Parts: sequence; C-alpha cells; structure tokens
Amino acid sequence: MGRVLSSLPRNRQKGLAAYIRCAAYCSFTAFFLWLGLDVKPVGAENTVRWSSQGDALTMDPHAQNEGQTLTMAHQIHQPLIEHNAALQKEPALAREWRLIEPTLWEFDLQQGVYFHDGRPFSADDVVFSFDRARAPTSDMKDVISSVSSVTAIDDRTVHIRTKGPNPILPDQITNILIMSRSWADEYGVTLPQDTASGQETFAVRHTNGTGAFILELREPDVRTILVKNRKWWGLYSGHNHNIDRIIYQPIANSATRVAALLSGELDFVSDTPLQDLRRVEATPGLVVKKVPEVRVIFLGLNTSMPELFSSSLKGRNPFSDLRVRLAMNMAVNREAITQRIMRGMAVPAGNIIPPGINGYTKKLDEPIRFDSDGARRLLAESGYPDGFDLQLDCPNDRYVNDEAICQAVVGMLARVGIRVRLDAKPRTLHFPKLQNNQTDFYMLGWGSATMDAHYHLSFLGLPNAWNRTGYVNGRLTSLISAMAAETNLMRRNTMIAEASGIIRNAHVYIPLHHQMLAWTMRSYLDLPIQADNQPQFRLARILSE
Amino acid sequence: MFVYILRRLLQAVAVMTIVSLIAFLLFNYVGDPVNNLVGQEASFEDRQELRSRLGLDDPFLVQFGRFVTNVMRGDFGISYRMQRPVEALIIERLPATLELVLVSALLANFIGIPLGIFTAIRRNSWLSRLLLTISLVGVSLPTFVIGIGLIYLFSVSLGWLPSFGRGETVDIGWWTTGMLTLAGLKAVILPALTLGLFQMTFIQRLVRAEMIEVLESDHIRTARAMGLPRTLVNYKYALRNTLLPVITIIGLKLGELIAFSIVTETVFQWPGIGLLFIQAVSFADIPVMAAYLVMVAFVFVSISMLIDVLYYFVDPRLKGVGAGSLS
Repeated sequence: MGRVLSSLPRNRQKGLAAYIRCAAYCSFTAFFLWLGLDVKPVGAENTVRWSSQGDALTMDPHAQNEGQTLTMAHQIHQPLIEHNAALQKEPALAREWRLIEPTLWEFDLQQGVYFHDGRPFSADDVVFSFDRARAPTSDMKDVISSVSSVTAIDDRTVHIRTKGPNPILPDQITNILIMSRSWADEYGVTLPQDTASGQETFAVRHTNGTGAFILELREPDVRTILVKNRKWWGLYSGHNHNIDRIIYQPIANSATRVAALLSGELDFVSDTPLQDLRRVEATPGLVVKKVPEVRVIFLGLNTSMPELFSSSLKGRNPFSDLRVRLAMNMAVNREAITQRIMRGMAVPAGNIIPPGINGYTKKLDEPIRFDSDGARRLLAESGYPDGFDLQLDCPNDRYVNDEAICQAVVGMLARVGIRVRLDAKPRTLHFPKLQNNQTDFYMLGWGSATMDAHYHLSFLGLPNAWNRTGYVNGRLTSLISAMAAETNLMRRNTMIAEASGIIRNAHVYIPLHHQMLAWTMRSYLDLPIQADNQPQFRLARILSE
Repeated sequence: MFVYILRRLLQAVAVMTIVSLIAFLLFNYVGDPVNNLVGQEASFEDRQELRSRLGLDDPFLVQFGRFVTNVMRGDFGISYRMQRPVEALIIERLPATLELVLVSALLANFIGIPLGIFTAIRRNSWLSRLLLTISLVGVSLPTFVIGIGLIYLFSVSLGWLPSFGRGETVDIGWWTTGMLTLAGLKAVILPALTLGLFQMTFIQRLVRAEMIEVLESDHIRTARAMGLPRTLVNYKYALRNTLLPVITIIGLKLGELIAFSIVTETVFQWPGIGLLFIQAVSFADIPVMAAYLVMVAFVFVSISMLIDVLYYFVDPRLKGVGAGSLS
C-alpha cells in the first residue's frame, strides 16, 4: 500500500486524475481479492447439475408429447411399464402384464407404492391417468388411440381393452405417466391443460408422482430442482441410485453450455455440439458417451403430383420414374456426409428404420452404393440427360447439422446434373410445408415412441401428414395393417422385413444416416447413455474415489 | 403546455398501434405454432382443430382486432410455449433485464465518462492512444463475440466468474433481485460488461470529442489566460458544458440497452425478457412476441416523450408551439 499512498495528490493540478487512478487501482485489487476469497463449500450431497438446450414445456405429464418435457416428467412420475437403459421393457408400476383375450390386456400393479405427498397408489389412479391421457386436450391421446377402455378389476388389477388386437400396447404405454386421482381432483387438474383456453392450471408447475425424484423448485426456463424421493419403493427393489439432487438449468446457446461444462459449473450436458466433443474429451475429469440415436435422417421425394411445384420442368414429374429416384439415391455420398459434416457422429443408412428397434434388419439397411457416373447414366436413360431443377426444403434448427447436410446434398446432386435450390427454414416453417403438402423434396428425421418398426412404417409408408412421397403400394398397406394385429412375434417380424424391403426398393426416400448421440459428463457420474436421449437418473450413481 | 403533452401522447398511441400492426404482419412469417404444440403423432384433424380454436385461421384483421381489444383489457393471452399468462411471464422476467441494463449503464457511464475526460485532457499521452485503440475494438466487435470471449477468459480459463444465469436471487415482493447476494453480483459482471462495452466506448468517444471542442472554446481560453488553476478550468467550466449534450444521448441510449439485451441475454442465459423473446421466436410463440414488441415500443415511446417534455422545460423556444396551434 505504501506505493499507492505515496501517489496521493501533492498538488491540485494533477489531483483528480491521480485520485481516479488510485481509486480504480484500489477497487480492482479489492475486487479480485474478494473473488479469490470466495471458496465453494464442498457439499456432502450428491448433486447433478444438468443442462441442455431447452426447458420442459410444462410439468403436466399429459399436456405435451415432447422430448425434454417427457424426460423431466419421467424422473417424477412413472408409467406402468418403462424402458431400461438398453430400451428394453421393464416393470414399473405394473409388476406383470399379460394378454388374456386378443383385445384385452391385464396388468398386475405394484403394492405398497405411495405418491410424493403420501397418498397411496391404487388401480383407480391408473384408470384416471389413462382417461386423462385420452382426453381431447391431451397430447398423448394419439399414442394410445388403440385403447377403447381402461377398468379397475380390483385394487391391484387393471384391464385395458383395445379396439382391435394390439400386440405392441405395452410398448405404446411407456410414456403414459400415472398421476393421483384425488390430488388432481383437489387441485382441479383432472384434465390436461387446454392451450387455447388462456388459463394456466395448477399442474403446469406442480407435480405429485410416484417416481424416484420429487419436484422441489420449478422456475420455468431458469432452473428446475428435483430431490431424491427417500421413500421411493424402487429403492427397496434394486434401483439403488445415490443422487440426492438434480439441478436442471437450460442454456440455449451451445457455446455457453459447453463453456459452463468446461468451467465446472455443470456436471452433465445432454446435447453437446459435435464440434466441441474433441475439446471435452481432452479435458481431464470429463467424459463423452456416444450411442447411435434411434433416429433416421432422410430425404423424401414427392411422386404423387403430375408435375413438381418448384421445377421449371412442366407436364411431368421426374420422381414418378423409379430410375430417377434410384439415380438420386446413388448420387448421394453418405460416407462423405457422415465423415465430413457429422464428424463421424452418424452411421450411413440404407433404409428408414433405425437400428435398435424391433424389426430392424441389418441387411435392409445397407447403404446404396455411391456411384455418380452410374447415376448420370440412369438419368440419361430415363430421359433426363441434362437433369432438371427443383427445390429442396430443409429445416435449419431441428436435426444435427441439418442445413449443412442439405447443402452437401445440393452439391452432390449438381454433379449428376440435378440443379437444386436449397430452402432452409426454421422448423416452425419447414414442417407446415410437409403437413400442407407443399413440398417436392424434403428433409425429415424420424425417431420412435414405441421402439417398434410399425411406428416408422405406419408414419412413413402409409399416406399421412408426415409422408409426402405420395407412394402407395397395396401390399405394403396390407402388411402394415396386418402387423398391427399380429400377435405371433416371428410372423410379425417377417411382415416387417417384407414391408421394409418394399419401401427400400421403391426409392421414394433417400436415407442419409442414423444420427449419433453424445452426452458429456464428469467422469465420476455413472449415468448410462440411452439411444432415446432420455437420461434416467434412477439408473445413475455418483462414484466416490 | 397541456396541449403540447396531449399531442405527444396521441402521437405515442399512433406509433404503438403502427408498431403492433407491423409486428402482427411479421408473425405471418415466423411459422405455425401448432406443430410445436402437439406431438408428432397428432393427426391432421387434431392440428386443424387446435389451429381454429387458437383463432389462427381467422383473417389477419380479425386476429389483430382481437389482440388490440384484449390488450386494452390488459390481457396479452397465454404463452404457447410456457402455458402461462404472458403478463405474468413478462413481470417475472423484467427485473432481470432491468437490473442488467442498470448495471451496464452504470458501468458504461462511470468508466466511459472518466476515460473520455482523460483522453481529452491528455490527448497525446500513450495511455490515451492505447485507450482509444481499445475503444475501437469495443465499438466494432459484435456483442456475442465479446460475450463468448469474456466467458472463455473469466469462466473457463480463470474460473472466477459464472458463465451463465443470474446466480442466487432474493425476492422483494414481486421483484427478484440478484444484487443482494454474492453469487448474484458475480453473475451480473460479465453480462453487464458485454452489454455495456459498446455504450462505454461510445460514451468515452463522445465525451472526448465534446470536451476537446469545449476546451478550445473562448471561455476556456479566457479562464486559462486569467491563470485559474487547471483543475478548476477542466473539471468545473469545461466538464459542465461537455456533459449537457452527453446526458441527452445517454438517456436515449438506455432504451437501446433494453433492446440490445436480447443478444447478451442469449449468450449468458440471462433470464430476462430478451431471452424470453428469442425463445418465443424459435417456437412461433405469437402472444409473447406480440407483447414483447408492444412493450419495447412503449419503452422507446415513453423515453422519447419524457425527453421531449424535459426539452419543453429546458428550451424556451418550444413554449410557443402549443399556444400557437390554439389560435
């Protein structure tokens, strides 16, 4: 301090300037001393600070069928049957289940289960939750549209009747979470919130589940704190997780999210951008876990229109010719896309069914061989020696590197003479183009809610708002409706294989790749990565030295 | 006087109406919110039904009319994304933005003005030249680059300051403040610097330019010739004349800080209204976007109205305007 004191003003001429200098110096020194003194206390609690790009939209488990919303809801509530880390079905609130008639499923419920506020769980809560999930304002109603009624036989038995035989009902109900009827009655939330009503309901920020974690604090978009349910029945039946507290803080900007992980402010990031994985991997104390996500990325060709909307070619639709579709499939270099654009974080695809779900066949997923000379010859053969022009519709905020992938495809198609204009838009503008059938050539990705190939085949092989190929094949249609009711697994998988083969050979889709998923976390956090991108903290452990 | 203010008020209402009309026109280009409101399994009929219940199928003027009538009743609707009333969301987020803006305005002024004075008085010293060069960086670098740079330096490399969020907050009635906790104060430093850096360098350059001009004016030269002490001349006579125009501009810039906070809030995940707006855009959350734009228009209109009214008192030439129009 001696130096500082001696520099205090001696004459009025330089007085103020020197004083400002001194004050600035002193306050800066004091400030950084103060920063240095602030030492974080080492907590005895096992806390996981977790982040990803966006927050859960609501805490109401039936109001939004959306990834992060359901992920959060699954920590708090439980379904009858749930997926384990390998995405296999496991008993949750249902101990056992069986098909007792072609259209009737019986579920035996767990005993001695309590909701977070102490209310006992019973069959009536299951009936209530299924009715709530099937209500008009529920966003889960389409997932279980095959259910015709749910009844409680006694306190511990529930019957679910389906409209027709439905072998995959157990797969379809893994996201139907169970709420307490009396709690919902008490707080006036017997129905999911109606977005159009202009009212916020109690269930948007409050929960009462039977799950491993209890909602302690909910500040939408800022932080959500979950604490361990110390009376959770699962703790006494095999799930011995040791997580006391989960703090979820969404960070929209991916650079900030990675910085917060590197600086030690976060323990787990479930959507790290590809370009930062190497950096994270090189940081001591952090690990990267990777798995192929159950999501296939592909382009669709609209074959149904008499002519393309966006092409100067009039009077005919080049996509109605199988040879043109095959040529486009051959012109795309999937290896280059997965290596260059996806930085190795994708697996080249040959079909629209991703690995990891029931009915996947490796042979049918062999990528079409890249051959641009062959493609050009095929185009010439089919009457387009000079190619044609059209527009490719692409999202720019939905899939990993979506716009960059489309740009690469534009270049690859240009080499065979197809001149593509890229129209990359946010998803709020891209998806309506599909739903309103205003696209010739589009990008889409498709995950699975049921982990069964029927989900992909019915949405991408039958005419509906997500399938703008306009491709209709009688055999394919009858296979898809037959597999929905076929209860013999072997016969069913044969049907799936045949249907997949039909779609593959029709070339109405250009499958690109199966996206991979990367989670980054502290090395002491043992949390199994899941191909559905839904972390389950009941399966996690914090390892001690 | 009364007529003058009344006329300004009418102009303000007109501006607000036009802003919300333009905002509404723009909403046609942000896309369809319905897709974000239902799961991918939802049928086409379900989507159509929700769209018509939300009134998204109505003609543009009907939608706008409904919006204006609701706003008159103080009802901004419900956020599609958060499922909560928009007024509640904005009131919840406003303190974060206002505190950030306040801290960065304070930083900008308390650092920018002294630096401006210093670089004006010591025009030729190497330190002034260095400060001017640095200020060029502040004026020209985009906010998000500065933000990420600061995060990299102070959070990742040095580990001194948090890279995101508001730290701990304390509730005072409906107002949540981060100014009363150590974590909250630490959290505000980087975002406030990022947001305020442009203003700081701008104020520094403005003060310098004004001051150099004033220092060359007759009354300062006279004062110097009279042999008055340097300090007295510089800080009493010169500085006062310098600051008058500067204060006006600082006032106007305050509104800009609120509008610019969008980028800073996104980089630092600062839970203010700017972040709320950006997330609303990517979700096509029309009620939130509409309310935000109306609010920003309101802030700008009220600041400029306040300045106009102040000018009325400061500048005697304006006093004739209202009376003149009466006759």
